[in-house]
Amino acid sequence: MNRIIAIAAIWVALVALPWWLPLIGGYTALGSKVLIYAIATMGLNVLLGFTGGLSFGQAAYFGLGAYGAGMTLKYLAPSTPLAILIGTLVGGAAATLLGPLVMRRRGIYFAMITIAIGQLFYFIMVRWNEVTGGEDGLAGFSRQDIHFGPWLYRLDETNFYYLVLLGFTVAVAVMWMVLQSPLGHTFVAIRENRRRIEFLGVRVERYIWAAFAIAGFITAFAGTLNALLFNFTSPQDLHWILSGNFVIMIVLGGMRSFFGPLIGVIIFVVAQDYLSSITGNWMTFIGMIFVLIVLLFPRGVLGILARRVEVR
Amino acid sequence: MQLLLFNAFNGLIQGVFYALMALGLALILSLNSVINMAHGGFLVIGAYLAYALSPYLGFWGALVAGPILAAAIGLAVERLLIRPIYKRTDPLYSLLLTFGLALIVEDMTRTIWGPQGLPLEIPDVINSPVSEVYFFVTGYRLFVIVITTAAVVGLYLLLRYTLLGIRIRAGINDLETTAALGVNIYRLRALNFGFGCLFAGLSGVLAAGVLGLTPPMGNSLIMPSFVAIIIGGVGSLFGAVVGGLIIGLAAGITTTYYPAASEAVIYLMMLIVLVVRPRGLFGEEGLFE
Repeated sequence: MNRIIAIAAIWVALVALPWWLPLIGGYTALGSKVLIYAIATMGLNVLLGFTGGLSFGQAAYFGLGAYGAGMTLKYLAPSTPLAILIGTLVGGAAATLLGPLVMRRRGIYFAMITIAIGQLFYFIMVRWNEVTGGEDGLAGFSRQDIHFGPWLYRLDETNFYYLVLLGFTVAVAVMWMVLQSPLGHTFVAIRENRRRIEFLGVRVERYIWAAFAIAGFITAFAGTLNALLFNFTSPQDLHWILSGNFVIMIVLGGMRSFFGPLIGVIIFVVAQDYLSSITGNWMTFIGMIFVLIVLLFPRGVLGILARRVEVR
Repeated sequence: MQLLLFNAFNGLIQGVFYALMALGLALILSLNSVINMAHGGFLVIGAYLAYALSPYLGFWGALVAGPILAAAIGLAVERLLIRPIYKRTDPLYSLLLTFGLALIVEDMTRTIWGPQGLPLEIPDVINSPVSEVYFFVTGYRLFVIVITTAAVVGLYLLLRYTLLGIRIRAGINDLETTAALGVNIYRLRALNFGFGCLFAGLSGVLAAGVLGLTPPMGNSLIMPSFVAIIIGGVGSLFGAVVGGLIIGLAAGITTTYYPAASEAVIYLMMLIVLVVRPRGLFGEEGLFE
């Protein structure tokens, strides 16, 4: 019951965000960015926190979604829903195709292969100048207002935020249902004791593949929204540094809890926004955040809170 | 034809740097069970310290001092930051920690030495082209190959014939049993981490002579080194070296025909290896699978 009240309160706060965020010095686009990163990291956490697959190349699928959406708008058709659909499919399909290459690996090796595969897409986007804009990134497209028959939904900054919030709500509902299903329970079982599950006759590799694909589709979906938010995407959106940022956001919030990544994203994105406005050395501070979290708060915010409750 | 030779030779030199990086990474990966994302950071540290010291020590002194200082800093980092988290079995944490270090080193290098590229002065004795036709074969590049070969052979002899090397190999094979036999595995892992960083530093100094110094140089060399390890086979040090040389050559040759694909080609090769021979060229079957 408490949980439902908490979730309802969070959702009301998110709906009201365009009113209260500017009052405390934020801006609505920052709220959109937080929600977009929350979709991406919660999607990644299905694989990382719930299945135990150490993916360190998730930005690749985020970026593929972003480029897919941007290119659709630029070259194919001026339709926002189509851009979101195609971007999500491109990124998700790439993850689904590459899944079999990583699903057999474990631990360190899984991480290494996912990082390295991610860089393939990075270099394609950097070098395929004529189409992708190369190092400068893909510009020259903009999100288009959505028409529902006679109705027109203008995508200004606030309305776009509500589109992102809708996407966030849908993505969260989908992930929640997946994790509550037998599929989701199998994911957790694999994380807890892979060998035992294997002996029970479960084809573990297929489930890891499924988790990889689901995480890929959801991060790609977040990527499409990110491209639409800025009307721009660049190779930085597929770089391994972003992959690492995704993972640290998850750990910071608490990788064992469903809403942990959301907390981590809020702290990380706000900190990054603030640090980059006051110092040129923000990268050093982000690096220190990494080191401190690993050494001092490996369970993350929600992990610590959960432990407090248990101790009581 | 000469263009092909030119690019292939450039690629080979690039491959030498990948191989040195990959060798250090593979050492640390095998015994310390850490994916050292900060490996590029140690490369940069070695290179920039060599640059800073070369006015006082000369090139030769800097060539020795750079890698040793990188190894010393590596030992300190291992002791202070990495040793406390060995007991966490999830490799996630060491990966994130070294990742953070990589960001810090790149940013600090940029703050101290500036974002622009810097040249490392090389003595004329070894910097002249060997022949007029093959102008790209400078003495320095041959020198890079000789030094690298010496370092790799040195490591091989160390691992093969010294007590320390035998212990390292035993630890890679079965850390628990090695500890039970009375070997101080903390010291062993520390030394091994230092060796890995020594190779990173050496790679940095040598690369600085060819490519110049820039703050992101380390982090741009680390990804191909991962690929080198995956292609060569995880768990095989020899494989890491061969993998590095292969991808360097492949990238160089591709530059001749289709320059835009010169980076992507090594990742494509990796995908092919993963499909055809998942354990890599010299990898042990079943390891990490």
